Amino acid sequence: MFEFQLDPTSGVATYLQLVQQVRQALRIGILRPGDQLPTAREVVAKLAINPNTVLKAYRDLEREQLVVARPGQGTFVSHTLDGPDPATFARFTAQLSRWMSAAQAAGLGPEDIEAIYRTAVRDRFAEGVA
Amino acid sequence: MSGPDDATLTIETTLLGRRYGRRWALRDCSLSLPRGHVIGLVGPNGAGKTTLLHIVAGLLEPTTGQVSVFGTRPRDPRALARIGFVAQDKPLYGRFTVADMLRMGGWLNPRWDRASALARLAGLDIPLDQRCGSLSGGQRAQVALAVALGKHPDLLLLDEPVANLDPLARRQFMQMLLEHVAATGMSVVLSSHLLADLEEAWDYLVLLSASRVQLSAPTDELLHEHRMLSGPPSKADAIAAAHSIVQSSINEHQANMLIRARGPIHDPDWSVRPASLQELVLAYMSAPLAGVAPALSLVGSAPEGSR
Repeated sequence: MFEFQLDPTSGVATYLQLVQQVRQALRIGILRPGDQLPTAREVVAKLAINPNTVLKAYRDLEREQLVVARPGQGTFVSHTLDGPDPATFARFTAQLSRWMSAAQAAGLGPEDIEAIYRTAVRDRFAEGVA
Repeated sequence: MSGPDDATLTIETTLLGRRYGRRWALRDCSLSLPRGHVIGLVGPNGAGKTTLLHIVAGLLEPTTGQVSVFGTRPRDPRALARIGFVAQDKPLYGRFTVADMLRMGGWLNPRWDRASALARLAGLDIPLDQRCGSLSGGQRAQVALAVALGKHPDLLLLDEPVANLDPLARRQFMQMLLEHVAATGMSVVLSSHLLADLEEAWDYLVLLSASRVQLSAPTDELLHEHRMLSGPPSKADAIAAAHSIVQSSINEHQANMLIRARGPIHDPDWSVRPASLQELVLAYMSAPLAGVAPALSLVGSAPEGSR
């Protein structure tokens, strides 16, 4: 049975940690279609977290159509998750590397670059989260 | 007797107050607490947490205001059968064995579930023939919880249940409690000072300070709305104009603020991160009159903008 682990130092909300762990397990093949996720009761009994946190994570995974809840039976993996294909991955890595050379040439250090990157990610994806 | 909200609320209080002599232990306490949550009751010593729990448990009459539990007065037998309460000192009869405590639980409670109480204690290796007076602190707490859960309450009130327990016993206590919540949907109100330990257990928070309600909201809403900011003092006023400041510390070089955000913060001069529940509670506790917006259902009469 799949087991969740929490990282209390990560600063990532607990329900999101659960979602990310399932996604990661799907990406690398630890979880496959048909596998059952532990019940909320089992997760809670192990991690001592609020049951609604587990249910919220499972609802998110259901919305992404990665799992299905079968009433009376449990929650089951319904899809695998592929990462970006290698060519796409390589293309964007190369673009970012060119951008970084330009930034470095303009005198920016690693912390400047990280600040720019973090702000950009925040503006792009954290809209509404405020 | 059931009001329209009976299906969704566990506890509803209106301007509840309790006075001891000239001192108010609890004042103007108006709360509407939803069902099916593990509600954290936090606040400094003397804020009225124990008084509130005792009133809700039917052990204490309020001086002013109204309280209802599942739509009836707490002292109504129909309500009492559905409320479990574990007091701070985990009262067990010292000369009773653990088995005697369970037997007494069976005599006193119509919905007694002996089998699951036994299974819980067996899971913790607590011998049934041991006298309660000779149990360790952790075992006392576990037996008290097992008896309370054996009653099958729809609402369990716990006053500082893990305060004196070592970290392992604390964890086992919370595992037992939360597993029961997951299995039954029981509502819980749990008071504690141990914010870091319990922030994963709570999904709703009530903050009492200076005997009044300062915050009452789902924890994910609180976490979603609050941010820690760090940035240039020259831009602090712009932040204050656009958001609610809960706490700020500003010197000539730097401004650090905990805000309740009303929208995203795009200015890259501010470093922004989420606030933990612990930071949030401490900030509100140290600014007991913090101008909390109505969205967080502030109850009481705190003035606006007291930074």
